[in-house]
Parts: sequence; structure tokens; C-alpha cells
Amino acid sequence: MRTQFNLFALLLASGIARADRTINMTPGVTPISHDIYSLHMTIFWICVVIGIVVFGVMLYSILFHRKSLGHKAHAFHENTWVELAWTFIPLVILIVMAIPATQVLLEMNDTEKEDLTIKITGSQWKWQYEYLDQGIKFFSNINTPLNERSGKAPLDALYLRTVDHVLVVPIHKKIRFLVTSNDVIHSWFVPDLGVKRDALPGYINETWARVNRPGIYFGQCTELCGINHAFMPIVVLAVPEQVFNAWVAGQKGEAPPPVLPAPTTTPTPTTTAPTAATTAAPATPGPAKQYTKEELMQKGEQVYLSICAACHQPTGMGMPPTFPALNGSAIVNGPVSGHIDRVMNGKPGTAMQAFKEQLSDEDIASVITYERNSWDNKTGTVVQPSDIQAARGK
Amino acid sequence: MTEIAHPSKKGVIAWIERWLFTTNHKDIGTLYLSFSLSLFFVGGFMAMIIRAKLAVPGQTWISPNSYNEIVTLHGLIMIFGAIMPAFVGLANWMLPLMLGAPDMALPRMNNWSFWILPFAFFIMLMTLVLPGSGPNFGWTMYAPLSTTYGPPSTDFLIVAIHLLGISSILGAINIIATILNLRAPGMTLMKMPIFAWGWLITAFLLIAAMPILAGAVTMMLFDRHFGTSFFNAAGGGDPLLYQHAFWSFGHPEVYIMILPGFGIISEIIPTFSRKKLFGRNFMIYAIASIAILSFLVWGHHMFVTGIALKAELFFMYLTMLIAVPTGIKVFNWIGTMFRGSLSFETPMLFALAFIFLFTIGGFSGLMLAIVPADFNYHGTYFVVAHFHYVLVAGALFSIMGAIYYWIPKWTGHYYNETLGQIHFWLSFISINVAFFPMHFLGLAGMPRRIVDYATPYADFNMLSSIGAFVFGASQLLFVFMIIQTIRGGNPASAQVWEGAEGLEWTVPSPAPYHTFQTPPHIH
Repeated sequence: MRTQFNLFALLLASGIARADRTINMTPGVTPISHDIYSLHMTIFWICVVIGIVVFGVMLYSILFHRKSLGHKAHAFHENTWVELAWTFIPLVILIVMAIPATQVLLEMNDTEKEDLTIKITGSQWKWQYEYLDQGIKFFSNINTPLNERSGKAPLDALYLRTVDHVLVVPIHKKIRFLVTSNDVIHSWFVPDLGVKRDALPGYINETWARVNRPGIYFGQCTELCGINHAFMPIVVLAVPEQVFNAWVAGQKGEAPPPVLPAPTTTPTPTTTAPTAATTAAPATPGPAKQYTKEELMQKGEQVYLSICAACHQPTGMGMPPTFPALNGSAIVNGPVSGHIDRVMNGKPGTAMQAFKEQLSDEDIASVITYERNSWDNKTGTVVQPSDIQAARGK
Repeated sequence: MTEIAHPSKKGVIAWIERWLFTTNHKDIGTLYLSFSLSLFFVGGFMAMIIRAKLAVPGQTWISPNSYNEIVTLHGLIMIFGAIMPAFVGLANWMLPLMLGAPDMALPRMNNWSFWILPFAFFIMLMTLVLPGSGPNFGWTMYAPLSTTYGPPSTDFLIVAIHLLGISSILGAINIIATILNLRAPGMTLMKMPIFAWGWLITAFLLIAAMPILAGAVTMMLFDRHFGTSFFNAAGGGDPLLYQHAFWSFGHPEVYIMILPGFGIISEIIPTFSRKKLFGRNFMIYAIASIAILSFLVWGHHMFVTGIALKAELFFMYLTMLIAVPTGIKVFNWIGTMFRGSLSFETPMLFALAFIFLFTIGGFSGLMLAIVPADFNYHGTYFVVAHFHYVLVAGALFSIMGAIYYWIPKWTGHYYNETLGQIHFWLSFISINVAFFPMHFLGLAGMPRRIVDYATPYADFNMLSSIGAFVFGASQLLFVFMIIQTIRGGNPASAQVWEGAEGLEWTVPSPAPYHTFQTPPHIH
């Protein structure tokens, strides 16, 4: 199984380099995306033909009916039959176009008889995937290194494309996607799958895909969702069924996790390592390790810059009153328990999310330590992962 | 402009009083047009920032939040500050002249509807310096990003939009009153110039559509401050309600920005073809059908939101149907040119570019109407390309054509034809360099409204930015042309253009301050 998987990974890696410049829609890898592509091309060519006829007559008049050539204007200015002709001929063309469009649309809306259901939840600015039948659930965050995003390092070929945990799906299976959101409207778009659905807070949208070809497919959020809208990529890894089953077993801890190809061309130095294989469940039981303050501060800065700084700013000054400053904040400088509570449970009705499901104990402990000892905040508090574990227990 | 005005009093106070208190349709037309031109440059400057940011991926000189603010205000300013006031300005200047009326029907209200605008835009632009960020959720203001998650300055934007709505509705009432009551004796509705027809129908669209926007932003305000949950599922509301309300306004709004343009093109093409407009009555029916259909297609902005299948089919069929009357218009313009005696002065060049590029925008619009294909186009740069083809190459080119066409009537001078041709060709080429590659970007999957993008999109973005910068710089020539023409130039006759027909060409150039104090008689 393991060897099989690595061979497969190698195969995939060779295909990734294909993420290059295109000028047309690609046919994609699902029956629906093929249908979309052929509809697109049909309409395109119909438009081209109409364009040639219309612009041809226009150009003919421009070239030959010019005053400078001594052409005299004719007096005709109406003809009911001509008007009726150019009313009804386009109407017929439109009906011809509407028929296949309707067929594809009916097909797209048939979400019955699925083999697998994945719930996709958008939130500012990450995706959460939940395999409802397998009981697997994880967050998928962008993992383009911060030094690239801040212009301090050259951009690699997959700049803004890669995530820490990819969505793994089996090929040849009908996958039903349930799409929703926790905060604002997002939109889940993977062109090669022919899938785009808005994620609406409080409502669930349905769509589906059946991937025909193994591979890595990229996409991203397509509905303006706030500051980091551009930084919500989607990576779908389509694998044969037995590989998918091995991955599922690995996720549930029933078998050693297979090594999935990480879709990145440079090593990822900072923050969340691209360990698609590690389990994504954040709360790992067991005795929590104790860290030094320096270790916590160092890790905390990375977590802060990748998660918190979009709103609260790298300077900790925020953008009051929407995003409060953490520098000098009453909560950050107040009792530790209040600070832990705010980070773990968020503040309902605001952009401050509950991070307890998204971040590990280490991440939360270190970022709180960092916030309490940065800028003008000099509480001296050190929060250990065990404190977070304790808070989770309550 | 001194020739036009009544220079009865001198001095700064008198000058301010004249423009502040004027009820003369020509003065107010000039005010609208100057205001629109200045905001065109404000919005254009924002476009330059956007294109500079997007020229190369991985730049950090502008923060994502500032970028979102600029994107939001660029849209709002161009729509409400540049395009719409320009059309109202043209209506003010030209409708009384074309209809043989002494002035607009409601001159004091006319003054008021203009002077609301500077205050509205002062409030709107002020949001950029308010604490916590300006509006950063796009001109569409989708809830809940604009409600629960919106910055405090959103409330200022809501007030500004209410003011703009009041201004537009008052302007529309005035135009309807003028067209229906002040036409010269003998000028039946079917004999009325097409520009007046375009505006009459647009005015009804404005009166019907603007209150919907006012309702939508008021619900936003209530959700933000008064504990209602119109757009909040947790309180029994629905974020899609906002989109339905917004696009019930937004789609008619699209036609508000193009129907007066159709009118302008229908004036320019016959003049420079030296031939009557082909299929005049069908042109009027086509404008009316487009206007009616425009209220029934808002759902095509929402195909991926998960609206019901039947709704998707309904909106798809009706959206496709709009292609029929739009096609009639294009065919009739070409029918007018066919076997005419064409000459290619700058207004004609802009009109021809309008037909060519607007039709391309119409083709991409037709593609967007096909729901399954729209699943791939929606929210990408394909849409950005589409609406810039219809709004810049469409609405804006029609306005520029109109200004070249009528400026000899306003100032008494011809513009410098060489300068006009240079301005046209620079604009025409650069607009295509700027917006055509966006089709490719969209088809390759690049979403709109993103501050930074993946490297495969880099080349076309750079190309697009170059086009945009050239387009932006070319517009300085346009301003130069306007100033130069106001100050002097070859004197224009009353007729101005050889093939021009209509009452506006019977009064001297420049048009006297008061015209048609006794109505002409039409046979």
C-alpha cells in the first residue's frame, strides 16, 4: 500500500508543473466540467460567427460607403421584414443555445445517489472540511510562507496556491458537497471540478462532483470575504479509492498515515508545516510538554503573524473600532483566564472567531504568551499548553 | 463659457452666486458634466492604484484592507459619480434644446438635485479617513460583510447612498416632466429624438429602481444598529434577501447606465452617415423592451448562491432574451451606416467603437447568461472584463462621443480634430489592452477583488496594467481638449455637422443662455 502510494505521489508531482498560463477555460476532470467546457466553446463559436457577420457588414460600410470615396447616402430607413428577420433569427439561435444549457443545469442539480458527503465550511479566512461518513474533520489554511507574502522572498510557482491540509477525495465516486459558512459569504470554487458554490452563513448549499482523473486541483474563494479574501486557496487531491481508504484509516489513527504529496515546490520554513499526513484533530490527548518562554514567544510570533495579524495588525494596534488594539488591551493585560477564553471561544457577533477547534494547545498557548509579552504589554505571563488543555476540560 | 452666461455682475461672490443659485438648464448641465469629469478622475486614480497593485504579484505597498476600500470606492464613484451625473448633465444641456423647450420643467428642483451630489460624495469620500477603515466590502455591499462585519464608516456610506438616491429620483422626475410636457407643439412622442426616448425610459427605471436600493441600505442600517435580522440567519433572516434586493435595483441600474448611451449613439450614427436612423420605431420598442426585461433578470447575478433550479431557468431564459432587443439596436445602427455617406470625425469614431466593443461586451454577457457556464465565469475576471466592456467602452465612450458631438454647440468652437483623433485612438487601443486580457484571466480562474494572485496570472495582469495606465494618461488629453475648446477654436455654425438633424442645430453656436422662449413648431 505504501509503495503504491508513493508511486502515485510521484506521478502527481510531475503533473503539478502544469499550473501555467492559459487563455481559455480548461475542460476539467469531471463530467460536469466537460459539459461546462463544451457549452462554453459552443456559445463562444456562435458569438464568433455572429460577430464575423455583424462586424463584417459594419466594416464593409466603413470601407466602401465613405463620403471620402464620394459615396452618396441612400434614402431607405425602414423595412419591417428586415426588422422581423433580425428579431426572430437571434431568437431561434438563443433557443438552440438554451436547450443544452438546460440539460446540463438539470444534471448539475441532481445531487442524489452520492457515494460520499463532504461538508465544506468557510470562515474568515480558511476552509473546514468534514467527511460526514468517515467522521474526519479538519481545517485547511493557506501555507504560503509569510516571507513570500510580505515580499521578502522570491515567489515560487505555487505562490498563494498551497494549503496545510488538502482535501483528499476518491476518483470515480459521486461526492456530494454541502457548502456553508460560519461568518460572511464565501464561495468554494475549483475550476477543474466545475464546482462553484456560495457558502452562506446559516444556510447549506448542495453541489457535487465525480472526479475522473487523479491529480491535484487548485481553486480559491471567489466571494469577497474581508481582508484576507485573496488568501483562501483550495487544494483538492483526487486519488484512487484504495489510496483514499488508506488515507482515511491514517486519519482515524487505524493505520500508519500514507505520505501524501505536499503540493509545494519549496520547503515551508515557517508556521504550519505542510504535513498533510498528520492528523488534523487539534486536541491531542496525552501529557502536554512544557516549553520555555523563548520557545513560546518564537512560535507565538509565527502563529500571530499568520492568524491574528490580518485584523489586529503586526504592530498589535488593530484597526479600532472594528478590530481592537491588543497593545495595551484590557483583556490581554488582564487575567489570563479571560484572555484564554477570548482566544478559544471568540466574541459572538464580531469577527473574533473561536479558535479552540482550529489551533492546537501549543499554538494557543504560545500566541497568548506572545500577545501578553509583546509591544507595550509586559505582563510576564507564560501560558503552557497544559493550561489550554485544562481550559478545554472545563 | 463667458459668452453663454449673463455677465451682469462681476466678482467672486457674484460668480459663486451664479453657479450656486442657477436654475438655468445649461448652467446645471455644465455643473453636472464638470462634477462628473472631476469624479471620473478621482475614480480613475483609484483604478490606477488597483492596476499598479496588480501589475506584479507579491507587492505589499498597499494593505489588503486599503485595497478593498479602493475597490469599493472605485465602483461606487464611477457608477454614481462619473457615469450617472454625466448622463444627467447631457440631458440637462440637450433635452430642452432638442425638444424646443425654454428650460427644464422644474428648474429649482434641478438646482437642488445637482447640489445634493457634492455633499453626498463628500460624505462618501470622508469614510476613507474615518477610524477603523472605510467601506471595504465592494460596491455591492453584500451582507453580512457590510452589516455585522462592516466598519463603522458604513453608516456614512448609507447616508451618502440615500442622498444619491434622492438626487437621482429628483433628476428623473424633472426629465419625465420636461419630456412629457415641454415638447414643442407638433412634436409627438414618436417624432421625439431618440436621445430623449432613451432618457425618458431611463428616468422611469431610476424612479423604480433607486427606492429599492434605499430600502436595501436602510435594512442594512437596521441590522447594524437596531437589532433587526433582515440579513442574519441566526435571527430568522437571510443574507440572500440582501442580494435579491440589491440586484433588483442593480440590474435596472446597469441599463440606467446604458440606455441614454443608446440614445446618444442613435443621434451620432445618422449624422455622420448622412442618412436617417434605420428602423426608428423598432429602436424605440427595443429600448422599452430592454427596460421591462431589466426588472426580470436580477437573478443572473446570483446563479451560484444556490437559488432554486426553477429560478435559475427563469432568469437564464429572460437574460438570454435581452440579447434580442439589444441585437435589434446593433443591427439598426449598422443598417443606418449601410449605404450611407460616412465620415469619421471623433464623435463617429467613439460611436463606432461603442458598437464594436459594446457588442463584444454583449457576447460575454450572453455567455454569462448560460447558467452552467456561469458557474465557471462567476466571480472571476471574466465578469470584470464583461462589465468594463459595457461600462467603459459602452457608457463612457458614448459620453465622450456625446461631448465631442455637442461641444461645438456649447462653446461655439470646434474642438481640435487632430487632438480628438489622437485621444480616440489612444483610448480605443489602451482600453482593449487593459480589459481584453481579463477575459483570459477569468477563464483561467482568477477571482475578482483579490489583492494578490498566483504567479501564472502575472503576465496578463502586467499587460492589463500597462493598458490601464495608458488609458488613464490619455484622458488628460480629453481634459486638455475640453479646456482648449472652451477657450477658442474654429467658430462653429448653428448646423455644426453637415448631416445633423434636430432642433438643437437650429439655435446659434454657442447656444444663447436662453433658447426657445417661444416654442418652434414642428410639422
